[in-house]
Amino acid sequence: MAQALNSALRDALRADPAVHVLGEDVGALGGVFRITDGLTAEFGADRCLDTPLAEAGILGTAIGMAMYGLRPVVEMQFDAFAYPALEQLFSHVAKMRNRTAGRLPLPITVRIPYGGGIGGVEHHSDASEAYYTSTPGLHVVTPATVADAYGLLRASIASDDPVVFLEPKRLYWGKAEFDPAAPVEPIGRAVLRRTGTSAVLITYGPSLPVCLEAAEAAKAEGWDLAVLDLRTLVPFDDETVCRVVRSLGRAVVVHEATGFGGTGAEIAARVTERCFHHLAAPVLRVTGFDIPYPPPMLEHHHLPGVDRILDAVARLQWEA
Amino acid sequence: MTVLDHRHHTAVPGWLPGATAPRSDPAPLLPDASPVRVLGTPELEKYDPALLRELYRRLVVGRRYNQQATTLTKQGRLAVYPASTGQEACQVAAALALGEQDWLFPSYRDTLAVVSRGVDPLEALTLLRGNAHTGYDPLATRTAPLCTPLATQAPHAVGLAHAARLGGDPVVALALLGDGGTSEGDFHEALNFAAVLNAPVVFLVQNNGYAISVPLTAQSAAPTLAHKAVGYGIPGRLVDGNDAPAVHSVLTEAVERARTGGGPTLVEALTYRVEAHTNADDATRYRDDTEVAAWREHDPVLLMERHLRRIGLLDDALVQESAEEAEALAARMRAEFHADAELDPMALFAHVYAEPTPQLREQAAQLSAELAAEAEVQHP
Repeated sequence: MAQALNSALRDALRADPAVHVLGEDVGALGGVFRITDGLTAEFGADRCLDTPLAEAGILGTAIGMAMYGLRPVVEMQFDAFAYPALEQLFSHVAKMRNRTAGRLPLPITVRIPYGGGIGGVEHHSDASEAYYTSTPGLHVVTPATVADAYGLLRASIASDDPVVFLEPKRLYWGKAEFDPAAPVEPIGRAVLRRTGTSAVLITYGPSLPVCLEAAEAAKAEGWDLAVLDLRTLVPFDDETVCRVVRSLGRAVVVHEATGFGGTGAEIAARVTERCFHHLAAPVLRVTGFDIPYPPPMLEHHHLPGVDRILDAVARLQWEA
Repeated sequence: MTVLDHRHHTAVPGWLPGATAPRSDPAPLLPDASPVRVLGTPELEKYDPALLRELYRRLVVGRRYNQQATTLTKQGRLAVYPASTGQEACQVAAALALGEQDWLFPSYRDTLAVVSRGVDPLEALTLLRGNAHTGYDPLATRTAPLCTPLATQAPHAVGLAHAARLGGDPVVALALLGDGGTSEGDFHEALNFAAVLNAPVVFLVQNNGYAISVPLTAQSAAPTLAHKAVGYGIPGRLVDGNDAPAVHSVLTEAVERARTGGGPTLVEALTYRVEAHTNADDATRYRDDTEVAAWREHDPVLLMERHLRRIGLLDDALVQESAEEAEALAARMRAEFHADAELDPMALFAHVYAEPTPQLREQAAQLSAELAAEAEVQHP
């Protein structure tokens, strides 16, 4: 996946001279995850800029660049490192189109490696998507496959609206063949990764492989689970989600971020409001606990695993 | 006080390789000990008479604009107005120091700078009237939206200036800030980025003494706010902010330096906010009348009038002409703002995204239905 993201950046830089990459360590080092590897060598330091270490300054500078017609792609090194830039993101990036009645759209892509499972110490594993999804004006995109990593990043950079592009860092090393020329579903569309007849697991980003594994394991218990990959949290694909839920009548939402006030709460509420008469059981959530992200030796207790998902699936045999 | 002067600093060979290359532009980093003044000095007579008369005219019109806008808040016609009364010299000089292709990044108190830039005086007040967030077209006037969060517009100025320079365009960005804004992290990050990128940007801090109620002594321990430039490796300049030709001169020099590749400058203008922070503030709780009275003596409009008369550049004709223009503007403001604005509630959904999300389409339909129902009740 890391290679696909690198290719997406390289191809976007080649395709459009307005595209500029900036962030801490994106130059000679190629980023701590090597997502920007070789870009400064190929395109020069003006197109792939090593900035001072200051996230608000990085994003604030990108805003001014976008106001002058460029398409900045910003790297925030780790999820929690983006927090100093949240004022710029919330007060300006998300709102500039609205503040100026459409005269100053900001085509900025903010790439944020997010989530746990790589043994990072504190402040390196947060899943912060709920902050971004509850901020109007931002698109929130999170790929789970190699092909989507390429396709959705190209689409995000091409978007005239700002995109928070959440990269599941524990999937960086996932390998799969992909064809850069192959079309992928656009931003805003969910994709069924596995069909099934019993219930659907609704998930995204780092939890997709876990859900696919759980669906495989559930076969032994007689459950044939569908797995739906949201791919984009904003805009949310109500249409596809509701179609699948209505046809199966049972759904579990799975993500590793904390549950209270989380994205899963929003999804469960939406599905319940729209599909109530089709439901055979309450929409359940399997999420991380409502705790600060734990130290790496304990993170496996926090992250939803196959067993916790299967427990939820068992509870779908609802009897009122 | 002893302060390091970079002119006497010699790099230690071998220390931090790559970081010791001397900067090509040896402009002194520290400001002069006392602020630059032009009014009351022989320098004044070297200035272009047309520029001085233009500054006077804009000061008079700007003063009236501040008064009328303040009155409109008392009548409930503006939601809020942070007056720049007493700071008009900074505002008009800021706009006049820029070329048409340059960009202005104002804060919420800089409406007058925006107007002086050529934005329609009524459109400049749209935000403060409460009808919409930004009433003017930022691209048409190269003027960013009035910025309410403190100092967050400063990095935008840096980024825009950087992008313009990458494109080979001789564009300078001017960011306007207050003394309180210099305490914000974004101020620091903007100055640092500007210096590292050698961006053609100028920062003007209008030090008006108070961040709402907090005096400068509780805001910063630096000898002057202009001193803050030294740590970033950029020049700091201190100017009398109530001396319009002085502010114009210092800013013009900084803008030209930026335009010709000399990099950013931090200018501190010493001025005073003679009115309260906004109409919602009670300034008597944190400052006494004698202080305000002293600054009223050092009023930018009075100073300009006195000194231009002394050198024979101000005649009764210009006084009358400026006063008439000011009254005409005030009359236009009253006429426009005493009428109720036409507002379209559906505009709330128009500019959230380039294309509304499915969720916003649903909500727009909901509001549309609510409006139709209301209309049905009012006009059955």
